[in-house]
Amino acid sequence: MSSTPSGKIRLATVWLSGCSGCHMSFLDLDEQLLELHEHIQLVHGPLVDRKDFPPEVDVVLVEGAVNNEEQKEMAGILREQSRIVVALGDCAVTGNVPAMRNGLPVKNLLESVYPVEGGHEPPGLSSGSEVPRLLPAALPLHAVVPVDVFLPGCPPHARTIGSALKALLKGERVVLEQGMCRFG
Amino acid sequence: MEKKTVTIDPVTRIEGHGKITLQLDEKGHVTRARFHVTDFRGFEKLCEQRPFWEMPDITSRICGICPVSHMLASAKAGDAILGVHIPPTAHKLRRLIHWAQLVQSHALSFFHLSAPDLLLGMESDPQERNILGLVSRYPEVAKDGIRLRQVGQEIIRVLGGKSVHPSWAVPGGVRAPLEPGKLESLQALIPQAIDITERTLELYREKIEGFSGEIEHYGDFSSLYMGLVSPGGELEHYDGVLRVMDGGGKILEKGAPPENYRDIFSEGVESWSFLKFPYYKPLGPQEGLYRVGPLARLNVCDRAGTPRADRVLEEFRRWQKNGRPVSGSFHMHEARLIEILFCLEKISETLSDAHITGTHVRSHAGVNARAGVGVIEAPRGTLFHDYHVDDEGLVQEVNLVVASGHNNLAMNRTILQIARAFGNGSEITEGFLNRMEHGIRIYDPCLSCSTHVVGRHASRVELLGPSGGLLRSFEIL
Repeated sequence: MSSTPSGKIRLATVWLSGCSGCHMSFLDLDEQLLELHEHIQLVHGPLVDRKDFPPEVDVVLVEGAVNNEEQKEMAGILREQSRIVVALGDCAVTGNVPAMRNGLPVKNLLESVYPVEGGHEPPGLSSGSEVPRLLPAALPLHAVVPVDVFLPGCPPHARTIGSALKALLKGERVVLEQGMCRFG
Repeated sequence: MEKKTVTIDPVTRIEGHGKITLQLDEKGHVTRARFHVTDFRGFEKLCEQRPFWEMPDITSRICGICPVSHMLASAKAGDAILGVHIPPTAHKLRRLIHWAQLVQSHALSFFHLSAPDLLLGMESDPQERNILGLVSRYPEVAKDGIRLRQVGQEIIRVLGGKSVHPSWAVPGGVRAPLEPGKLESLQALIPQAIDITERTLELYREKIEGFSGEIEHYGDFSSLYMGLVSPGGELEHYDGVLRVMDGGGKILEKGAPPENYRDIFSEGVESWSFLKFPYYKPLGPQEGLYRVGPLARLNVCDRAGTPRADRVLEEFRRWQKNGRPVSGSFHMHEARLIEILFCLEKISETLSDAHITGTHVRSHAGVNARAGVGVIEAPRGTLFHDYHVDDEGLVQEVNLVVASGHNNLAMNRTILQIARAFGNGSEITEGFLNRMEHGIRIYDPCLSCSTHVVGRHASRVELLGPSGGLLRSFEIL
């Protein structure tokens, strides 16, 4: 797999509705990040400054559930523009903690957290304001777009992420060892 | 030229989802700058009816960078509900894991998120302006940063079983003691980490000679400062009393019990952000603007309390003007490095404690109080967890006051100050926009923790700039 002039794999990371813990676990690769740097180019994500999702991404690691309209749109874009979509961690895989709100109607939820009076409405209730509208339920990534690889864990261990990336760099299927297939 | 709005979306190299909007007048001058927090997960609501025993695990999912702070604030609220004193060894172990958390979180903020701006330049090539760009240009600094963060994460992992979201602190203490066999390997991590921190402080001092404009305009204004201090006035991150200091250095609250925070603070809500706007109640929303976090902590304490940190704190106070507290938010970078040094010294001291591997680490009790407040100095500032439970221990009401919320007013004021100082009125460059983002990065906000409820609204306040223009408006309670 190789699609940059430098021969490097184009890796993107995306952070939907999550806590950044999966990105922290990615950073827990520590010195291995230096090695990875030889083979990958980080083209988009919260750790780098490119704002739009670039075309022709080889692998995208997606942390978090799909919680609002903006994130739903982002899920479509990243699917469209990436060869391999990886659901990184329990929120992307199952909805996990963000989905704990799903039993509550959005309006009640927002109005109880932001008790705004006098005709104002709380942020996130309708489209067109400066903050995106919440979806009726927080969804796992695969409920919105097709996903190629699932890495469970809250967060997945750095070893899990490392072994998946290694396999993908070689163009192999991701097969997780027993201990890596766990939630929580 | 017409009036227009420029949006920076998303703000990158920060923890959480945020964007900046700038409103420009006909001449291209920035008239309004706003920082919006754009994700919402509603922890206060989704925790209702959960047993309070689960709260450390649930609330640590608020933030993957400072999960340990949430875990501990939650466990402390749980201690208060149980009405117990936790065993002395558990107390020391909790402090230990929290200092480790401060080391890793501050290292991340300094090296992984902000150093690309500081070393490569605020207006350098955006493709390279990241931690991997640093690996190419400043490999030794990048390695130091990776290593320092790793030391913090490793201590957390050894104590709590996982480096992110350990399931370890519980109401009444901690789940597992420190195995004596692990002690030596932990001690061995410290000397190198101290070396890294001290040489980074030196490097930083060299580099910022070229940053006088940034120091002047990246959030340099008078405000109040809040943080915990030990009863003796030393730097404190786990316990202690609340101190509030004004911009002239006068102490307004010298030792408030943290559980009385509702008497001290109030907060406003805006339809344009999920993050609320707290202020110091006695002074109202304008004069009551305060900052928390590393800068505030170093301002409010009398001294650090460890030899190396006290030395560098003394040097840090060179930034004081006319004996007033250090007012430039840019100095938070240096403040973080000083706190890392302090935490490493404290970790080393605590690992040498004769009782640190004691096995009595948990006090057992049932629900003895219907409410509990846990407060802690998270990396980004004072963090409150406030729970009400029923007789069975099911959570009825949750209020979380998070560090980044405290700094919300200050962040908004900072980006406006930068926009006015560095905007030239003719064109908006990528470098200019990155300066605005750096204005947010210096606060190292943790936006994942973005919601909480206190009280009800009474009226709307408009804040006007010197020229009479509307700077911002908000609801007050």
